Amino acid sequence: MTLPTVESDNRLSREVEHERLDDVVIRFAGDSGDGMQVTGSQFTNTSALHGNDLATFPDFPAEIRAPAGTLPGVSAFQVRIADYDIHTPGDQPDVLVAMNPAALAVNLQDLKPNGILIVNTDEFEERNLKKAGYAANPLEDRSLESYRVFQVPLATLTRRALEGSELDAKSIERCKNFFALGMAYWLFSRPLEPTLRYLDKKFGARPQLADANAVVMRAGWNYCDITEAFHTRYEVEPARLAPGVYRNITGNAALALGFIAASRKSGLPLFQGAYPITPASDLLHELAQFRHFGVTTFQAEDEIAAICAAIGAAFGGALAITSTSGPGMALKGEAMGLAVMTELPLVVVDIQRGGPSTGLPTKTEQADLLQAIFGRNSEAPMPVIAASSPADCFERAYEACRIAVRHMTPVVLLSDGYLANGSEPWRLPDLGALADLPVEFWSDPEGFAPFRRDPESLARPWAIPGTPGLEHRIGGLEKQDGSGNVSYDAANHERMVHTRAEKVARVARELPPLEVHGEPEGGPLLVLGWGSTAGAITGAVNLARREGLPVSRAHLHHLNPFPANLGAVLDRFDQVLIPELNLGQLALLVQARYPKRVVSFPKVQGKPFFRNEVLAKIRELLGGGSR
Amino acid sequence: MSAPATLTKKDFQTDQEVRWCPGCGDYAILSAVQAVFPELGIPREKFVIVSGIGCSSRFPYYMNTYGFHTIHGRAPAVATGLKLARPELEVWIATGDGDALSIGGNHLIHTLRRNVGVKILLFNNRIYGLTKGQYSPTSEVGKRTKSTPYGSIDYPFNALSVAIGTGATFVARSIDVFQAHLKETLKAAAAHHGTAFVEIYQNCNIFNDKAFAHLTEKEVRDDALVYLQHGRPLVFGKAKDRGVRLNGTELEVVRFADGFGPDDCLVWDETRSNPAIAFMVAQMEPPRFPVPIGVLRRVEMPTFESGVAAQTEQEIGRKGVGSLDKLLHSGDLWTVRPDGSIA
Repeated sequence: MTLPTVESDNRLSREVEHERLDDVVIRFAGDSGDGMQVTGSQFTNTSALHGNDLATFPDFPAEIRAPAGTLPGVSAFQVRIADYDIHTPGDQPDVLVAMNPAALAVNLQDLKPNGILIVNTDEFEERNLKKAGYAANPLEDRSLESYRVFQVPLATLTRRALEGSELDAKSIERCKNFFALGMAYWLFSRPLEPTLRYLDKKFGARPQLADANAVVMRAGWNYCDITEAFHTRYEVEPARLAPGVYRNITGNAALALGFIAASRKSGLPLFQGAYPITPASDLLHELAQFRHFGVTTFQAEDEIAAICAAIGAAFGGALAITSTSGPGMALKGEAMGLAVMTELPLVVVDIQRGGPSTGLPTKTEQADLLQAIFGRNSEAPMPVIAASSPADCFERAYEACRIAVRHMTPVVLLSDGYLANGSEPWRLPDLGALADLPVEFWSDPEGFAPFRRDPESLARPWAIPGTPGLEHRIGGLEKQDGSGNVSYDAANHERMVHTRAEKVARVARELPPLEVHGEPEGGPLLVLGWGSTAGAITGAVNLARREGLPVSRAHLHHLNPFPANLGAVLDRFDQVLIPELNLGQLALLVQARYPKRVVSFPKVQGKPFFRNEVLAKIRELLGGGSR
Repeated sequence: MSAPATLTKKDFQTDQEVRWCPGCGDYAILSAVQAVFPELGIPREKFVIVSGIGCSSRFPYYMNTYGFHTIHGRAPAVATGLKLARPELEVWIATGDGDALSIGGNHLIHTLRRNVGVKILLFNNRIYGLTKGQYSPTSEVGKRTKSTPYGSIDYPFNALSVAIGTGATFVARSIDVFQAHLKETLKAAAAHHGTAFVEIYQNCNIFNDKAFAHLTEKEVRDDALVYLQHGRPLVFGKAKDRGVRLNGTELEVVRFADGFGPDDCLVWDETRSNPAIAFMVAQMEPPRFPVPIGVLRRVEMPTFESGVAAQTEQEIGRKGVGSLDKLLHSGDLWTVRPDGSIA
C-alpha cells in the first residue's frame, strides 16, 4: 500500500468557499477507547507547525476504559487555534466531533449556536442511545436544529476504506478516529504530512498499522473533498508570535525540562522520588527517560518514601525533587516538615486535582493552596510558587530549584491537571540567559557549624557526607542555632521558629515586583489571579478593556512569600477580584495579610474558568457597561 | 583525605551526652558499633547513620560520623535516596521494632527486596520505650502494657522471617550483651554488599526488663540458643549434647543421648540461595527449639544502586552525555522569523 501524497488546495476536486477565521475551537469527543487524545494531539501538533498560537484542554475520565458508550466513559480533547496571541483553549467549541451518543450528550451543551457538529452515525443505535440517556435519537427528532450537523457513518467509511486490508476487524475499527482527523484537516486546510510522519514513527515496527491509519485519514480528507456536504473550508493563518524557535509543550514536559536545566546549571545531579499518581505521573515518565543527563528517578513504595528518598538525596548533595498530587502531598506532610527542620533544599511538586480525598483525579482544581502553605504540623514555613501556563512550568521548575538551594529550604511548586496535560507553543529559552544557579558545598572544617547562617539569605551551609572534618548530625529534633546540637531550650526554640520564618520571608527580597497590566497607577478594579487561571483572566481582561472597561490584572507566581509590593498594588485599586478554582483560598490569604477586602470568585467544577465567566464578573463589578 | 591509619573507638564518640536510661541495652550496641567501625578501614567521613524515631533512633547523635535522625519509620527510605545519590557512602540505619516493623514496615520490606546497599540494625526490645511502654509488633501474645491492660491479642512478627520473606540477601541476629558475637555479626554485615539486616535483641530495663533473660542468663543461655556458624552443624547445649536436624520437611531437636550425633544435624550454610531452610530456622522459638543467633542468610545479588548506576552508564554509552540544548530543541520545532514568517 503506498501512502497517498498530500494535496494542496489547487488539487481539490471541486470549487469550495474559503473563509478566514482568526480563531477557532475544536473539540474531539468520544469513548475513552476512541483515541480522542491522539486525534486532538495530532491536530494540535499540525497546527503548531503551521504557526498558529494554540491552547489545548484534554479532558478524560479517571477510568482507563469505562464501559463503552457510557457517559462516564467520554473522553475529549479541545484545541483552540488562532492567528493571534491567545491565552485559553476557548470557552465553547465552534466544532464538535462526537463519536457516539454519550459524547454528544456530554458535550453538546458547550457547542456554540450554529456550530459545526460532526457525528458518527454508526454509533447512534438504540443500545448506545439508551446508554447515553436518550429516549429518542437526537439525529431524528430535530433537537439539533440550531447546529450545522454533518452525519457521517465514520465506522462504515473506515471499514470501506480498508477493504481488503489484512488487519482484523478490531484494529480496523480503531482507525476511525483518523477518519475524523482527516475530515478536520480538510475543513481547516491543514497538511497531512506531520501526522504521516507521526504514524511512521509510532508504528515503525508495524507498518501495516501506519498505512491503515494513513489511508483512513486520507479517506476522511477525500470524503470532505468529494461529497457536497461541506461548502466551506476554513483558514486560520499563523499567529504573529515573537521571533524565536518554538515547540508545542505540555506543562508536565516543561517541568521536566526545567528541572533538567536547573540540574545542568547548578552542576548537581537531579534526583526525583515519586509514586505514581494522576496527574503527576507524566513528570516521572518524562524524567525517567533522561538517565544520560545524570537524572535518577526513583519510583518509591509510597508517597512518603518518595519524599524521604528525595530528602536523603538532598542530604547527599543532589538536586532533589518529589512530585505528586494533592492526596500525595497530604501523605508527605510530615517529611516536608523534616525538610523544613533540617533546612535541606528540596522541591515538592503538587500537580493539583479535584478533591478532597480521591476526588476527581483527572480534573483540575486549585484547592491545595492552603495545604501547600500551611499543611504541616507546627510552624513549618515553605516558599510556595505556582506556574501559570504549560510553558511557564519550565521557568517555575527552574526557579523553584534556585530558591531551594539558595535558601536551603524545601519549596512547593504548584501546577494542576489543566496545566499538566494542556499544551501551548513554547518559545525555547536562551540557555545563557537563565538566572545563575550557583551551588557551593561547605568544605572548610575551620569555623564550620551545621547551623551557622549566611547573613543575607539565612541559609545554613550545605555540608555533604563524605567531606572530611565536617561530620555532623541533623534531624527532626529542635537544634541549637549555630552548633546544631539537640536543644530543648525555650528561648532557642523561639529563636529558631522565627529564624525559619524569616528565612522564607526573605525570599521576597529577590522576587520581581508584581506587575500590573492595564492601569498600573491604579483604578476601579484589579483582577488578581494565581496559577492556571492566568489564561482565562488575561483573555477576559483584554476583552473587557477592548469594551472600554477600566480593569487591570496582576498574576501571582509567588504565593509564599508574596511579592513585596503586593500590598501597595492592592491599595491602588477600589476593588480586587480574585477568581480561583477553590472556595477562595487566595482571597483568604490576601485578606489575612492586608487590610484590603477582596471579592472572591470561586469555581469548583473540576474545570478551568471560561474566559466569559470572568468577563461577566468584571462587567458586573464595573456596573455592566462601558465607560 | 585518606583514612587515618589509626582510627580508634574514640574517634567515633561524640561530645554529646548520651541520654539513654542507665542500664539500657543501647549502650552496649553503641559501644560495639564504635569498636567495629575503626576496624573497617573506612574513612570516618564516609559513614552516615540514618535513623527513624524511638530510643534506638537517637543513635546518630552519639556517633561522630555524618548522621540523620529522620522521622518515624522512614529511615530506610531516606537512606535509599542517600545511597542512590552517593553510592560510595557507608550508610547504616539504626531502628527499632516499632520503627521498622510497625510504622515503617513498608519501607523496611521494600528496601530489603531492592537490596539497597545499606546496613539495618534493628534494636528489638519488644516494647515501645520512648512513648513509655506500649506493646510492639514483636511483643509476645498476652503482653500486658499500658495500652494492653488485659494482654495483647495480636500475634507478633518474627523479624528474621519478615526479612527472609522479602528476599533479603543478608539476615542475622545477635544480642546486645554478647559483645563479641555482636561485633562479629556487625563485621559480617559491614562486609556485605547488599542490604544487611541485623536484628539485635536489646534489653529495655525500664519497660520490658529481662525480656531476653531466658536467652542471656549464664545458666540457661547455652541450652536456649543455637549459634549459626557457617559450615558447622547446629549443635547446642551446655554439654553440646543436642542438635537441630532436618527430618523430612520439618526441623527437630535431637538428643545425642538418643543415638544421634553432630553428623545427623543440619550443617549450616548461610549462602544457600533457596531461603526455605533459613526461614524455617528463623522460626525456631522456645520451648520447642533453641533460638538461633548468627548469620542466617548471606547471598550476593547486585545491589539496587549498582543497577541504577549501570543503567545510567549504559545510557550515556549509547547516547552520550545529554546536551540540554539538544534536548530543548527536540520534537517538532518551528521558527518564527523577525518578519513574522514561519519556517
